[in-house]
Amino acid sequence: MIANYGYKDGSGEYYISIDTSKCVDCAVGRACLTGCPKSMFESMTDDYDEEVVWIKAAFRRSLAYDCATCKPSSGYSRLPCTDACKPGAIKHSW
Amino acid sequence: MSEAVLAPTEAAKPEFWRWQETCWADESKDWRSAKSITVGVDVGSVSSQCVVVADGELYAYNSMRTGNSSPDSATNSFKGVQLKTGLTLNDVHFVVGTGYGRVNVPFSHKAITEIACHARGANYMGGNKVRTILDMGGQDCKAIHCDEKGKVTNFLMNDKCAAGTGRGMEVISDLMQIPIAELGARSFDVDQEPEAVSSVCVVFAKSEALGLLKAGYTKNKVIAAYCQAMAERVVSLLERIGVEEGFFITGGIAKNAGVVKRIEKLLGINAMQTKIDSQVAGALGAALFGHTLVQKQGPQKPLIS
Amino acid sequence: MITAGIDVGSRTVKVVLLEDAKVDGAPQLKYVVKGKHLMFPGDLDADAAADRAYDDALAAAGIGRSEVSAIFATGAGRKMVRFATDSVTEMSAGAKGVCYFFPTARTIVDVGAEEGRGIKTDGSGRATDFAGNEKCAAGAGSFAEAMSRALQLSLADFGEVSLRSTKSIPMNAQCTVFAESEVVSLIHSSTPKEDIAKAVLDAVASRVCAMIRRVGIDNDVVLIGGMVHNTGFVQSLKAAMDLADLKLPEMPEYVSALGCALLAAEGVH
Repeated sequence: MIANYGYKDGSGEYYISIDTSKCVDCAVGRACLTGCPKSMFESMTDDYDEEVVWIKAAFRRSLAYDCATCKPSSGYSRLPCTDACKPGAIKHSW
Repeated sequence: MSEAVLAPTEAAKPEFWRWQETCWADESKDWRSAKSITVGVDVGSVSSQCVVVADGELYAYNSMRTGNSSPDSATNSFKGVQLKTGLTLNDVHFVVGTGYGRVNVPFSHKAITEIACHARGANYMGGNKVRTILDMGGQDCKAIHCDEKGKVTNFLMNDKCAAGTGRGMEVISDLMQIPIAELGARSFDVDQEPEAVSSVCVVFAKSEALGLLKAGYTKNKVIAAYCQAMAERVVSLLERIGVEEGFFITGGIAKNAGVVKRIEKLLGINAMQTKIDSQVAGALGAALFGHTLVQKQGPQKPLIS
Repeated sequence: MITAGIDVGSRTVKVVLLEDAKVDGAPQLKYVVKGKHLMFPGDLDADAAADRAYDDALAAAGIGRSEVSAIFATGAGRKMVRFATDSVTEMSAGAKGVCYFFPTARTIVDVGAEEGRGIKTDGSGRATDFAGNEKCAAGAGSFAEAMSRALQLSLADFGEVSLRSTKSIPMNAQCTVFAESEVVSLIHSSTPKEDIAKAVLDAVASRVCAMIRRVGIDNDVVLIGGMVHNTGFVQSLKAAMDLADLKLPEMPEYVSALGCALLAAEGVH
């Protein structure tokens, strides 16, 4: 399952997708949880009883602002979260 | 809109945004002869539904406006079904809660997300050919992909903005002073199909609507422009995950032909039909999850008698 | 020489008339504000509204149209002011106007009725960077206005009332439309009005702050736009941006119009 967390408003579309089939049985010990400087990810058990990660509810509606500190405008060329996720489950839409 | 803030002495003004509350039961069935009775309760920020599934089939449902207290809404929505059928919580084998208030259904045995419940409900209502679900709820808008069993394979939800949600439509109903159930039909009674209101924001669309009226638009044309804007916004949400046939729409706005027809036109795909009230998809899916759980775990004691 | 600046906003039209003046003992003040006018247009025809506002300002200042050398326009409706000599962006006008009052300004926060923006300046009056609230009403004045209606308070009282609050309740809703329902629920659960008012202003302040962070916060920070009159908002913004000092100009809604008039004067030179 691909779970998309985020929103669209007047300024654009900002979604972080998590491919749960790649996320379950994580081979890197949930490196995303510590990889994100703002700890935006957390572990949970989904509706189909699989242990995966999601974006914490507090961040889901302000991704453009929260992720800005990791984007090229702040000098980063690679995202810490997608780098940490070796299975490639995490994707940013912008 | 905020009718609750009016002083008690003011005469009740007509509330145009009020949609029809419904309560239905299958008169041809008797729940007393069912082996498994499960209940799904979907408490949203705008509306609440309670669905009863008997032996895996839809038996009864109640749909009403959520008041100011989520736990009370859950209890009240069940009471509606109780009044109609005589069913009590003691007769129920499993209760699943979902929606914004899924943590606020005091008598539920399990909580399941509205995404999974809508997919399961749509699978029942539209059949196993349903692959893409659009849910336009009171305060959010969801695009869901599912397989032939109703299991979610992809989803996307937008609950940041009122555009594309029921509240957005209520704002226009209130502004135009036209009952919400009439908006759809009126949107087609225009001399020429107008362009969408250009804003993605309902607050700005409101100011824009006033400007259009001054510029000579009829009320119907403004409604049409608004429906078009909502359709375009919703379609862009859908296109983010792609639209595969069979396409199914749930939620209150499914009853608004003005938006539905415009969505179908933009996609070039028609939505599948159902005789069941489109607002109950979430609660129905919840009750069906409950049914599966009863098969696996056996019936559970009621949490509140 | 007299120039005029017209700021056609989403709600109000502001006009500033500027005359050059030789002020002894204060050589940095090259101009003096000859007149100013604020109008709430009943309709949305930007050109007609700007025209009326301009006429009213001229009449109040006792100046004839022919005496004005140049008129620059800014704001959401700037392209629709047909009688303007030229139009400039809100960024240029804001930076110019603010630096007139505060040459030490480096970050400008402009919160209008429907739009908000953060402007960086180098103190010379030029805008070097900016970020906008991008078509979301929740980061602007109309959010506070809608909430004040839900609370049945005038906008003026709204700010005052929020200052009495000692609690910080977070608001869940991002959208103005949803926030209105949330405010109604809070009222129903008997939350005191001052706490709700503060929660609303904190929400706008945090949105404005997030916007400003995109250009970076450097002292001195100046707030312009109508929200300056809302003392509660000023407090919330100071807290959100973690500022010891937030500069407030005397005629906050007119700063952009003044900037226009200054640019018009320089253009003519």
